[in-house]
Amino acid sequence: MIALRATDLSKTFTPPKPLFGAAPPGVRAVRPMTLEVAQGETLGIVGESGCGKSTLARMLVGLLPPSTGEIEIAGEKLGVAGPAVFGKRIQYVFQDPISSLNPRKTIRDILETPLKRLYGMGREERRKRIAEILASVNLRESFLDRYPHEFSGGQAQRIGIARALAASPRIIVLDEPVSALDVSVQAQVLNLLADLKTEFGLTYLFISHDLAVVEAVSDRVVVLYFGAVVEIGPAERIFSAPKHPYTRLLADSAPVVGRTLTAPEQKGTELPDPLNPPPGCAFAGRCPRATDLCRSEDPALTDHGDHQLAACHHPLED
Amino acid sequence: MGRYILKRLVSAIPVLLGISIIVFLIMAAIPGDPATAILGSYATPENVERLNRDLGLDKPLIQRYFIWLGNVVTGDFGRSFTLNRPVLDEILDRFGATLILAGVSFVLCSVLGILAGVVSAARQYGVADKAITFVVLIGISVPSFFLGMMMILLFAVNLRWFPVSGMWPIYGTRDIWALLDHLVMPALALSVVATGVIARLARSAMLEVLRQDYIRTARAKGVHERRVIRRHALKAAMVSIIPVLGIQAGFVLSGSVYIEIVFQWPGVGRMLVDAILTRDVLLVQGGVLFVAACYVGFNIAVDVLQSLLDPRIKT
Amino acid sequence: MSRFLKLLFRNRLAGLGAVVLGAIVLLVLITPLLPLQPPNVTDTANRFLPPFSEGHLLGTDHLGRDLLSRLLYGTRLSLAVGVAAAVIAATLGSAIGIVAGFYGGRVDNVIMRGVDMLMAFPYILLALAIVAALGPGLLNALIAVAAVNVPFFARNIRGVTVGLAHREFVDAARLAGMSNARIILVEVLPNVLPVIVIAMSTTVGWMILETAGLSFLGLGSQPPVADLGSMLGEARSALITNPHTSIVPGVMIFLIVMSVNLLGDGVRDALDPRLRSGALARPKAVTDVRREGAVPQTPQKGLLDLQELQTQFHAGGRVFRAVGGVSLHVKPGECLGIIGESGSGKSVTALSVMGLVASPPGVITGGAVRYDGTDLLSEPYEGLRRRRGRNVAYIFQDPQATLHPLYRVGDQLSEAILSHHAVSRAEAEKRCLELMRAVRIPNPGSRMRAYPHELSGGMRQRIGIAMAMANDPDVIIADEPTTALDVTVQAQILALLDDLRRERGLAIVFITHDFGVVAQLCDRVAVMYAGRIVEEGRTDDVLALPRHPYTSRLIDCVPELGGGKRRLEAIPGLPPMVDDLPPGCAFAPRCHKARAECTAGEVDLGVTGDRAVRCLYPEDAPKREVAE
Repeated sequence: MIALRATDLSKTFTPPKPLFGAAPPGVRAVRPMTLEVAQGETLGIVGESGCGKSTLARMLVGLLPPSTGEIEIAGEKLGVAGPAVFGKRIQYVFQDPISSLNPRKTIRDILETPLKRLYGMGREERRKRIAEILASVNLRESFLDRYPHEFSGGQAQRIGIARALAASPRIIVLDEPVSALDVSVQAQVLNLLADLKTEFGLTYLFISHDLAVVEAVSDRVVVLYFGAVVEIGPAERIFSAPKHPYTRLLADSAPVVGRTLTAPEQKGTELPDPLNPPPGCAFAGRCPRATDLCRSEDPALTDHGDHQLAACHHPLED
Repeated sequence: MGRYILKRLVSAIPVLLGISIIVFLIMAAIPGDPATAILGSYATPENVERLNRDLGLDKPLIQRYFIWLGNVVTGDFGRSFTLNRPVLDEILDRFGATLILAGVSFVLCSVLGILAGVVSAARQYGVADKAITFVVLIGISVPSFFLGMMMILLFAVNLRWFPVSGMWPIYGTRDIWALLDHLVMPALALSVVATGVIARLARSAMLEVLRQDYIRTARAKGVHERRVIRRHALKAAMVSIIPVLGIQAGFVLSGSVYIEIVFQWPGVGRMLVDAILTRDVLLVQGGVLFVAACYVGFNIAVDVLQSLLDPRIKT
Repeated sequence: MSRFLKLLFRNRLAGLGAVVLGAIVLLVLITPLLPLQPPNVTDTANRFLPPFSEGHLLGTDHLGRDLLSRLLYGTRLSLAVGVAAAVIAATLGSAIGIVAGFYGGRVDNVIMRGVDMLMAFPYILLALAIVAALGPGLLNALIAVAAVNVPFFARNIRGVTVGLAHREFVDAARLAGMSNARIILVEVLPNVLPVIVIAMSTTVGWMILETAGLSFLGLGSQPPVADLGSMLGEARSALITNPHTSIVPGVMIFLIVMSVNLLGDGVRDALDPRLRSGALARPKAVTDVRREGAVPQTPQKGLLDLQELQTQFHAGGRVFRAVGGVSLHVKPGECLGIIGESGSGKSVTALSVMGLVASPPGVITGGAVRYDGTDLLSEPYEGLRRRRGRNVAYIFQDPQATLHPLYRVGDQLSEAILSHHAVSRAEAEKRCLELMRAVRIPNPGSRMRAYPHELSGGMRQRIGIAMAMANDPDVIIADEPTTALDVTVQAQILALLDDLRRERGLAIVFITHDFGVVAQLCDRVAVMYAGRIVEEGRTDDVLALPRHPYTSRLIDCVPELGGGKRRLEAIPGLPPMVDDLPPGCAFAPRCHKARAECTAGEVDLGVTGDRAVRCLYPEDAPKREVAE
């Protein structure tokens, strides 16, 4: 059963047209991409800064209207329905736990909003629901009348998760949910997320720059580079047997205990100019395997067996 | 750089047009018609009508605007009926005096204000900081026209250090010393408030900048604290000070209206107030437009200065 | 609210302003009840009576009217008009600003173009034009002053709203089903309100002054009614002969405006949370050193030796023991890692070495930092400055924030050299090029002339490293130098640091929260928790056989690439706040092995060979030499 399907989804940011002169070219933050997430799956999305992962996430929850393409949740086409329609089906957990909570609202106000606005619940019903939610994220009810600044990052992130749960979505987009947290707290939150997933039968899209974290929580992983999918595959294979040279570069760059320090690439690490993207594969400029074909023709995402797809003219062998 | 200046100049055109529309509309909103005002209440209806036609007042508003704008662009601001001379001539005669007064005050308040702010921040909570903060507080609380009057009382009437008013001696040579003699008090009175505002802003901008990571970097590489304050911190603080200088220039120009009246300085401000009180519409219109246009030009200069300082401004 | 008032009145000047203003307001409120002469009745026989005349406490004006009575009625009028103008301007301007800032795009563009046009007038021209159109009169002056200030509020509030409209909680509210109108009212407005109040309280004095000004010009209140401005205006002609008629209203305006300003500053300080915590203090050139105990006289180990270092933050009556007695040393050519979570005191330890902890609020309260036999904490400023960058250099975390945005990177590099060597600029530039080549920056010649914002994160950090190398220091302290960077860039920077260290025999103190990085780069590692070192040893040993329960559980928390999908080990609870440390072992409340002894008293760092651990029941330790 498909929980979420994005077809040819893309986003181009067009700067405002100046008073005089021609309109400047748009920045293609996300190039047309098609994704499917199965019910109950955790899809990891990794990529470095500028790869378009946050833009993608904001489109998937309806906060940003896509330039092209369609989003379908549980078989229902949502189009540009607006965040409130999306909100009942798909929710978002933000990276910065403190800044995602309004400093001037109590935790109760924050948690009640989706119950009131999305479901029109009465007072008594809300009280019961909030008690349930708090219990499932392991927070005490005495926290309800406090303000966000009184909480640590880990607690605030639990509140953010509780708010997402309050909307009773089937899917949650987790946008770097633990990168602002300390390692000892990170594991607490990751485990909580795993428990909630089983408890409520949720589907996750887990976005992170941390390969190890993504690998630990995901079933499948999507690797993004420069606004496009370069590789999709099962989490246990994608970093150990990557097909795309960029995935391999990422995996080799992650510092691992017991591996000696070597710079995996000596070429520049600069991304292409997003205002003026080069023809062909965006990674060609950094790729040791690049040929003239790569520099002229954009490779399509092709299946390499074992549910592993890569967009590369010269994929790596196992 | 040239591109940037050109761009700023081009973008000033809509602003100038907007200003002209605002001025025109406000003046068109004046109740009663100017013809009656000019001819007096005993004028015959025929005469009023003829004058209205001569002034083009029988035409629709938009048409009148474009006729007026066309005239203004070619330098014809109309005639002042109280002074019976072209508005532009009167403005040009008086603008120099305003420019001298406001310009000197502006330089004074910029230099003193930034200096005071930097010293204050560098010696935060020290004696100098407290003294400056106190003086600044008084400075921004005293009305410039009252301050001017008290200065006249003390320095001109009692101590006889400076002349009571005017721009030139009534008898005697009109040289730079005579001008300076007359300029000291009005320029000081005019610059006090702006100095205070700039000093406060400069202090807080410096304090803000001094907490930045790049100041720590400068210290970590062994740059002397003097240089940290005078170069690193001041340069970064100037990025937030310069726009305020632009705004304060407007305040100095505004304040000059009061000061010109108190010190009987023959500038545009006094002319404007007199024109309003005598309902000399064209003179008010022309004066406001002229000074506002000059101020727009000044602000372009401020923006260019800012772009020279801050390389992050590109477009 | 009560907290706000308490904060407000802790500021003595604001209190003074409130008292003066309160007295004036009270006085004008009861003015109609006071036995005063009527303010507008002329009595030309008694004109220009001096103050303290019979029946006229402040004397009379040019028409023989009682000045005291006119002053109080005038003050009433001036205050009312000024405050009304402020309220109108704030309401209209804020509404415009919020709408423009929240919706952005075309709405914002159109509104702000209009606002810019109004702001293109020196304000008095606009006020004069409005008064000219409406005719002189107090109400018209009020309208003019309010109108002139609307753009100010609109622009100010728009700026704040733009920042808020892109905050994540606004997105969250959208996903919770809130409409835009509701978001503005419920989510945005409460956050903008303090700014509006601040803007109002700091401009109301100005608006009182402005209305008085228009009246002074004869364009405001019309005779016989007078506000303070027109009183002053009328008195001007008799300034020289009868100055008291000018001084009385002038001083009153001054008193009102000053008390309003004092109070407004107080309101601003009380509402601005940054000022509340005293964070706006300027950090001094060197961290304050106020050692409470004796200076340790232990002989120096290694090249740089921190001995029982203690650094605290004193803020708002609370004492944060960020570094609670840390001893560390690093030998030439060695790389020492300091690992810990945020708040463990690792960065503060590093910054304390060269006195770079922001002070206030930071104070070094104990211990010694020995370099080459000298205690750096006892060095006077000039001595310390000469050592900064030359003996011990730093590389900081975020290269975007740590490079000066307005200077070319080449100039920033040369400055590091010129601060310590009297060489020519050309010589310094030559040296810069060498440095940039050493950190493998391509095209150093042209990159030298670039500004930091023109470089990528990785290039900026290379500049940061070059700057640290500029004076051939013996020790480099790198404070999370790769945390802000992408993994592929991080790998390059780490490799570069490792090469440089081997080529030049540098000692590196590397601060991080990442075990992978420590494992790849560092010879030895010290683990910090709540301001103290809990474990120290050779990196391989510590990672293979961690002895402190914190270290071992922290290693288990961190997922490592290649482990597959799995459940992670978590440490329950939170690190303690360093202003409220538990007695004994700070980790005890979270430790599964903790017993009563752990919280009974100080746990010492037990040293065995090159390993040290601060634990009574260390892991995998058949026997432990208890420190006597």
